[in-house]
Amino acid sequence: MAQSNNSIKKILTVAFALCIVCSVIVSTAAVALRPMQQLNQELDRKTNILSVANLYEEGMDVEAEFEKITARVVDLRTGEYTDEFDPDTYNSFEAARDPASSRTLSGDRDIAGLSRQENFSTVYLVGEDPDDPEQIILPIRGQGLWGLMRGYISLEGDGNTFVGITYYEHSETPGLGAEVNNPRWQAQWEGKEVFADDQAVAPAISLVKGGASESTEVDALSGATLTSRGVTNMLKFWLSPEGFGEYLARFRGEVSPDEAQDADVELESEGA
Amino acid sequence: MSAATPKGVLTTPIFKNNPIALQILGICSALAVTTSMSVSLVMTLAVIFVTAFSNLFVSLIRNHIPSSIRIIVQMTIIASLVIVVDQILKAYAYEISKQLSVFVGLIITNCIVMGRAEGFAMTNTPGMSFLDGVGNGIGYGFILMTVGFFRELLGAGSVFGFTVLQPVQDGGWYVPNGLLLLPPSAFFIIGLIIWVLRETHPEQVEENEFKMKENTQPKEAV
Repeated sequence: MAQSNNSIKKILTVAFALCIVCSVIVSTAAVALRPMQQLNQELDRKTNILSVANLYEEGMDVEAEFEKITARVVDLRTGEYTDEFDPDTYNSFEAARDPASSRTLSGDRDIAGLSRQENFSTVYLVGEDPDDPEQIILPIRGQGLWGLMRGYISLEGDGNTFVGITYYEHSETPGLGAEVNNPRWQAQWEGKEVFADDQAVAPAISLVKGGASESTEVDALSGATLTSRGVTNMLKFWLSPEGFGEYLARFRGEVSPDEAQDADVELESEGA
Repeated sequence: MSAATPKGVLTTPIFKNNPIALQILGICSALAVTTSMSVSLVMTLAVIFVTAFSNLFVSLIRNHIPSSIRIIVQMTIIASLVIVVDQILKAYAYEISKQLSVFVGLIITNCIVMGRAEGFAMTNTPGMSFLDGVGNGIGYGFILMTVGFFRELLGAGSVFGFTVLQPVQDGGWYVPNGLLLLPPSAFFIIGLIIWVLRETHPEQVEENEFKMKENTQPKEAV
């Protein structure tokens, strides 16, 4: 070696060369694997949406099945659909961080522990006719015991009856709070109701200890009181007028065309 | 370590000089990722890959690394390898990478990797360094798999996700021990492994730091 390893020149050369080589390797890996990773993330999201709707089966073609689902962006303040954003690219988590597209929640209004809430959110509609969907899938999130839990709930077309619930991201205690993703616990959600009656604005759904008796009650997770409380709170928040309440009203109040006809017939017969 | 043979550098880290059990390094990740065996296995493979290749690359350029920046040079190489592993896992084993989450990134701070680069690769040939990295990765993985085996078996009643002891909540007879799914339980299991290793390899037992003086009588405080 001609020059000492510890000369300034050598130190700078080694440092510079090493940085170049390493950054090329890292960026090559990142760029080359990016499409594959995005595909995985997309597939994971779609799988979660399908599984909350009870449409997912092991080994199925997720992409083909997802064709049946329509994504729409909803204005949470009015409950109306908007075409301002493309539902495939709109990111509600980014929107929730940006003051321009979100609002602050404070004090007792922020029961889910979010501190900021986006103004627009993406919903997924299952069925041929998006205006009269078989299922409505809504994203929910809120604080559990250890951190933010993110998931989906699926309601039937009446905007009141549960089909399922699933969490795709949480940090709850394994074996206790993490049982939110236990299929046996999730199965009891089917048929549960969000609201106590047709006129109610505040959701009644809650997790209760010691055996659920009402149609708006679900068995809490044993040994995970705080996680259960978090789940109750985030449901109460997202299904209230602060969350998707305004949007769900259009499905709840509305009488489906068939029933409306029946009602007309009854009136006529009464008149006669 | 005086006469390093290929077989020696591969096998001594497993029982004789285990990075977790004797050097007590890398405990943090051993607590975090051992709730199930499949996750432990992926973590083991990731660490073997990183220690082996960081040792190899550090050893290749060891004669050109200025001593004043050698730690940063090692760190840069390790960090680059870890990012590559993380990216590959995200692309090809997405489910597992979600479970490992931040702990793949934390391989960077795993003392075993750094310790081998600084302690072995800086003074040995690339081939031997590579084998030393593999050996230490296996030693780390051996503890991880053992801890993972007991935690998954007793905590969830399964091994590699296959149910062995049917838990009561699925209509079986086994009452899972919830403690074993929590990180502190790994301390107990690692402690027991260390005990077993030191019984079978008495040379690992450390000398007492002090000796109780003879003829000391218990005396009431005045």
